[in-house]
Amino acid sequence: MKKRTVFFIIYMILLMLPIYWMLNMSLRTNADILGSFSLYPKNITFANYMKIFTDSSWYNGYINSIIYVTLNTMISLVAALPAAYAFSRYNFIGDKHLFFWLLTNRMAPAAVFLLPFFQLYSTFGLIDTHIAVAMAHCLFNVPLAVWILEGFMSAVPREIDETAFIDGYKFPRFFLTIFVPLIRSGIGVTAFFCFMFSWVELLLARTLTTTDAKPIAATMTRTVSATGLDWGLLAAAGILTIVPGALVIWFVRNNLAKGFAMGRV
Amino acid sequence: MGISIENINLTVDEEVYLKDISLELEPGSTNIFLGRTLSGKTTLLRIMAGLDRPDTGRIIVNGEDVTGVSVRKRNISMVYQQFINYPSFTIYDNIASPLKILGMDKKKIDHKVREVAQMLHLESMLDRLPVELSGGQQQRCAIARALVKDSNLLLLDEPLVNLDYKLREELQIDLQDIFQQRDTIVVYTTTEPGEALKLGGSIVVLDKGRMIQTGVTSQVYHKPATIKVAEVFSDPPINLLNCVVNNKTLSLGDNVSTPLKGHLSSLSPGNYIVGIRSNHLYLTPQNGNDTMLDAIVELAEINGSETFIHMDFEKTKLVVQEVGVYSQKIDSKIKVFLDPANLFIFSESGSLILSPDHLKLEHL
Repeated sequence: MKKRTVFFIIYMILLMLPIYWMLNMSLRTNADILGSFSLYPKNITFANYMKIFTDSSWYNGYINSIIYVTLNTMISLVAALPAAYAFSRYNFIGDKHLFFWLLTNRMAPAAVFLLPFFQLYSTFGLIDTHIAVAMAHCLFNVPLAVWILEGFMSAVPREIDETAFIDGYKFPRFFLTIFVPLIRSGIGVTAFFCFMFSWVELLLARTLTTTDAKPIAATMTRTVSATGLDWGLLAAAGILTIVPGALVIWFVRNNLAKGFAMGRV
Repeated sequence: MGISIENINLTVDEEVYLKDISLELEPGSTNIFLGRTLSGKTTLLRIMAGLDRPDTGRIIVNGEDVTGVSVRKRNISMVYQQFINYPSFTIYDNIASPLKILGMDKKKIDHKVREVAQMLHLESMLDRLPVELSGGQQQRCAIARALVKDSNLLLLDEPLVNLDYKLREELQIDLQDIFQQRDTIVVYTTTEPGEALKLGGSIVVLDKGRMIQTGVTSQVYHKPATIKVAEVFSDPPINLLNCVVNNKTLSLGDNVSTPLKGHLSSLSPGNYIVGIRSNHLYLTPQNGNDTMLDAIVELAEINGSETFIHMDFEKTKLVVQEVGVYSQKIDSKIKVFLDPANLFIFSESGSLILSPDHLKLEHL
């Protein structure tokens, strides 16, 4: 075997170990996990998964997460597409500064915005709604989306826009039928990143929700009971949390490579 | 339908792009904008299209000022130097797109698309996407899209410059026919004098954003008003030599002189600048009237089936264009022959005094 292959295998094992361990734990009972050490589950049980799929306080966590993540991805794209087009096609006073300022929003820690968001949303009665979390996450995702999309849009020659206008296209028709198909992979990559950031963000999502819109990540942090942590259940929830991300990555993997090649991801 | 351009000026970041351009374009005419890169050809074209706005000046179409009118509302077509098509549309949809926007009915669109596709030899690739075509085919698709609608103004911005030699010749011939069949005003920009001559029509010679001469293309070629026009309108640029005219002879440099004959006989004594195109300099004697120059080879550059020999004649650079491939030793002595009948005579300030009686248009 070549040296490269050996290192690759070692690297993959190191990468996959935590995930395997989680999978291992999720298929065992709590007593089993605490009682004996085992490299693989000897008595496989799906009880942990059954609990998540039947207990509404658990599966609602997933539904809530999916709702606000989808909402956020849509809002981010709808806001970022025209903004990115403007940045890539027009010159206006302070355009470069504005573009950079957008990026700096990503540099601020979420905790900085926690208090103002909480105060503001309380005032408007938005606490514990999906839209509240979706909008809060726009703070990070819109700048990111603008940044990624601007790169893809700038790669489309301006002459295509001009040709369309010469042909007589009105802007909306041009944008939807000619321009959007050209930056399809950019939109895919952007949607993926919005999804990813929103899906894993915990602090804002947990603070802005209480029960009705509580995300899965927040549910997971609240399993501590008088008997201690429920390891098996927590591991099962963890595995299920990975699944949507893995699925999305699978769908956009080719576009993602293109995005990396363009240097904007 | 005529277009007149009145006193167009454009300055961007203190750099003059266009200076005081005024033009009249006749209905159905073919107009060539000839100039080197950065001469303002494309800028002028974009202003005519309505893609850019001039600082001052007006564009009048049929007596109506359209200077600020959006490009969408003007009935024009444009072909770019780069191959611009809609990448996500098939060739058929690409060509049909301007007609679809007009809301034409499907049958009529189909008829027109097939007609123009046949004209540009694209029939067999209508179902393909632009990326599946070669560069020449992509550009033909772009030209087809520009031709399919009956626009008032057809703008072509160096459309053939990125194509290979053979394809360019083919399309030049095709385009000539197509332009003649239509009553559209055609504006065609190019850097190549040869292309300008092939397409004929009338010409606007541009240099650094200024119009330096206008007229019928072949006439401007035969009688360039200034040295600058002669330089732009010959490739490689026209050779220039200082000369002194005495009573009966014209002296080039220290040792070469030729009697004043033919079109030169009326020259009065004085200092002039002689211009001769590089295709009128030869390495072998052509007829009894030749004048011989002794020069030193600096570089022999092979360009397709032609050789450009750069040489030094008494500190003046000359370029000889010879058909065929020749290799020349650098720094070797060489004899160059010219026929005084092919000489242009310019005044020292650069304006034309005499031009050859008739010039052959070969080897362009």
